[in-house]
Amino acid sequence: MDFPHREAPYVGPKADVAALMLQVLAALVPAALAHIWFFGPGFLFNLLVAAIFAAAGEIVMLKLRSRQPETGLSDFSALVTAALLAFALPSLTPWWVTASGALFAIVIAKHLYGGLGFNIFNPAMAGYVMILVAFPVHLNLWVAPRMGDIDYQTLTMLQTLQFTLTGLLPDSISFDAISRATPLDAMKAGLNNMQTVTEIKALPIMGSIGGRGWEWVGIFLAVGGIWLLIKKIIRWQIPAGVGIGLLLPATIIYILDPGANPGPGFHLFGGGAILCAFFIATDPVSAASSPKGRFVFGLGVGLLIYAIRRWGSYSDGVAFAILIMNMSVPAIDYLTRPHIVGHDDEAERH
Amino acid sequence: MTAPTFDLGKLHGGLRLTANKSSSTATPILDMPIPEQLVLPITQHVGDPAHPVVGIGERVLKGQLLAESDSALGAPVHASSSGKVIAIEPWPVSRRNGDTAPCIIIESDGADKPIERAESAPDFTTLEPDVLLTQILHGGIVGLGGAVFPTAQKLMQARTCELSYLILNGVECEPYISCDDMLMRERAAEIISGAEILMHALQLDVCYIVVESDKPEALHTLGDVLAELHDNRIILKQVPSIYPSGGEDQLVQLVTNREVPSGGLPTDAGCLVQNVGTAAAIHDWVIDHEPLISRIITITGDGVASPMNVRARIGTTVADAINFTGGYTERAEQLIIGGLMTGRSVTTDRVPLVKASNCVLVLSETPSPGAEMPCIRCGNCADVCPVQLLPQQLFWYACADDERKLREFGLTDCIECGCCDLVCPSHIPLTFDFRMAKGRIRELADEKARAARARKRFEARNERLDLEQSKRDSELALQKKSVKQAGPAAIAEILKRKRQQDEED
Repeated sequence: MDFPHREAPYVGPKADVAALMLQVLAALVPAALAHIWFFGPGFLFNLLVAAIFAAAGEIVMLKLRSRQPETGLSDFSALVTAALLAFALPSLTPWWVTASGALFAIVIAKHLYGGLGFNIFNPAMAGYVMILVAFPVHLNLWVAPRMGDIDYQTLTMLQTLQFTLTGLLPDSISFDAISRATPLDAMKAGLNNMQTVTEIKALPIMGSIGGRGWEWVGIFLAVGGIWLLIKKIIRWQIPAGVGIGLLLPATIIYILDPGANPGPGFHLFGGGAILCAFFIATDPVSAASSPKGRFVFGLGVGLLIYAIRRWGSYSDGVAFAILIMNMSVPAIDYLTRPHIVGHDDEAERH
Repeated sequence: MTAPTFDLGKLHGGLRLTANKSSSTATPILDMPIPEQLVLPITQHVGDPAHPVVGIGERVLKGQLLAESDSALGAPVHASSSGKVIAIEPWPVSRRNGDTAPCIIIESDGADKPIERAESAPDFTTLEPDVLLTQILHGGIVGLGGAVFPTAQKLMQARTCELSYLILNGVECEPYISCDDMLMRERAAEIISGAEILMHALQLDVCYIVVESDKPEALHTLGDVLAELHDNRIILKQVPSIYPSGGEDQLVQLVTNREVPSGGLPTDAGCLVQNVGTAAAIHDWVIDHEPLISRIITITGDGVASPMNVRARIGTTVADAINFTGGYTERAEQLIIGGLMTGRSVTTDRVPLVKASNCVLVLSETPSPGAEMPCIRCGNCADVCPVQLLPQQLFWYACADDERKLREFGLTDCIECGCCDLVCPSHIPLTFDFRMAKGRIRELADEKARAARARKRFEARNERLDLEQSKRDSELALQKKSVKQAGPAAIAEILKRKRQQDEED
């Protein structure tokens, strides 16, 4: 009897990129629901716009590169990029802002570098920074979080859609009536005005640890992130690195001068730190990939976030921290190679 | 007696694989009758080929020498039964995935008449270790764990090293294979006797027999024999069943917490590792004078009707062995000699079972892994790599064919266990790619060596030519010089002669 020739091992792989990406998306669902609950339905529209343009960018680029568009779409990586971008944007964002961010992420940051697996920069963060540079005004407009005791006006689903499509509010509603500064913006502005942390934290948008709404989105992101850790989709080194990198300086400086520096809890839940630690910095393609390297990478991201928030002119530093550390990845990977069994590392170094 | 799991070394990564062994361990080892035809490849081991010492038409007896090797690294081949040599010709072999290699083909006469041995050998304990090693050499014994290194040479090399432990490998970590498990259950005493012979040959007094915890019967039987023996030099160690802890270097690391140096041998870490099957074969040869002419083989997989372990003569074809156990099922699609992770896919069941064949695995069509996608650097491969390589980086350099980086990142340390393939979400055949890259590196090294040789030849030729030229030059100069010196004298002579002539006229 004759048989075909195959190559060992004769057992199929257990894992799958598409399944991996879908699990990441699933882990984002609770936080997305919290986001919609606190900041209105705008998140959904942003997600939709980002997803459509990310998918369109993916299809066009794959066609231009003579690849199969189906295989590129079926790995769901473009959808993850779109979702992360949607989380980073205010719920009221005109569609062209979101679309240009998504297209920049997919076309420039991803495909011009060779597509999935070859991009040096985290596409979502590259897209976000592009928006930050090109449309800075639009990132300041966060709607007020839903909370009983805040004097705020809400937009209906239709009004939100209208804003997403036109960038205009109904005549009866002013921006000031619906929008609020982000907790990190408020903190930065307050400290610049010589207010104390306690005074700033008394603002209605502030919650018990971070900002109102923000802290809940953060908690649900952490829940999703921990689920990814348990499912071994991500590993502990990067979230731990980001956490230590951010919280260690935050705690020390807070202890030294609590009046002029918010505490570690605020840093963790006031902005994008949790999203960054579990979902953005953990993008395997653009992060360091040796076990030690992952920790160093995370640590760098955390430290940079703190440095930018504390001493920089931007209120949050996640996107810049990620891009800067993305640039350092080849060096980190090279310097943190694990010991190969049977090698005499000392002898090889000399 | 129970074997405690204690002070284990650290082994990085590995996988817990579905064992799939219970179907083949349900029945005892079955002795397979001698087939009508035995096909014995002349080369069944690592190293240099043996050459036949019998002719076509010659009648041979069981245990008779058929092929021997006079090189430093080789092992003899013996007739597994009595009969007539009907051909010495190319035949499909598993070592070449079903392509042909020279084989001696014996038509067995069914009498199974053994060759007469010289008077029984003396008690091995009275023999000098080197005499014992020579004796083992003549038994045609090779490592039965799969690597088939000639045992005598391995032991002789080990004798030149400073050893601390003999390790008997009962860690059968590949899924499906259960021949060592069954051997330990049924022939524990012979294994331990083999261990004693090895310890005497190596002058060692610590032997670990290492068995995985998922083989309780084997552990129990070995424990009972050891308890009766009261030989406290032999210690039974139990290890968790994680693939690939049965790899030689991995086992050394697991048992002694010493790393086998890159490019080195376990003896460099003070250990000699032998498969439990090899120990039993040594017992059979040294005590019972039976050379290695049969072995236990697991015949299993969802492509065979009744999975089991059989003791078959070396040279039995896979087709005969499978027929004996009850034939294929309708789903048989893939024939593998060896295990699921590292076995060889062979293209025909006409291949004979050889000393190296521990398992015949017949599978139904393996599910297609799906399209290969780009590496997303998830690092799952690095997590499971037992040598702690970074396969994601190696893959990168393999694609770029960057030899220097491949060496730097330890490509040559890859043991090709296949763990990385199993966890890769992008379905990249990493092990295959690394095997290819290793081949290219070897080719490159060969090419470099050839180029160096050619350059040497060229330089030598130039030197020779230069030498000849300078020799010629100096000769010419000498001639010129002599002509120059002789010149005026000759002219004077000629003039003188002319003058004389003139005077005479």
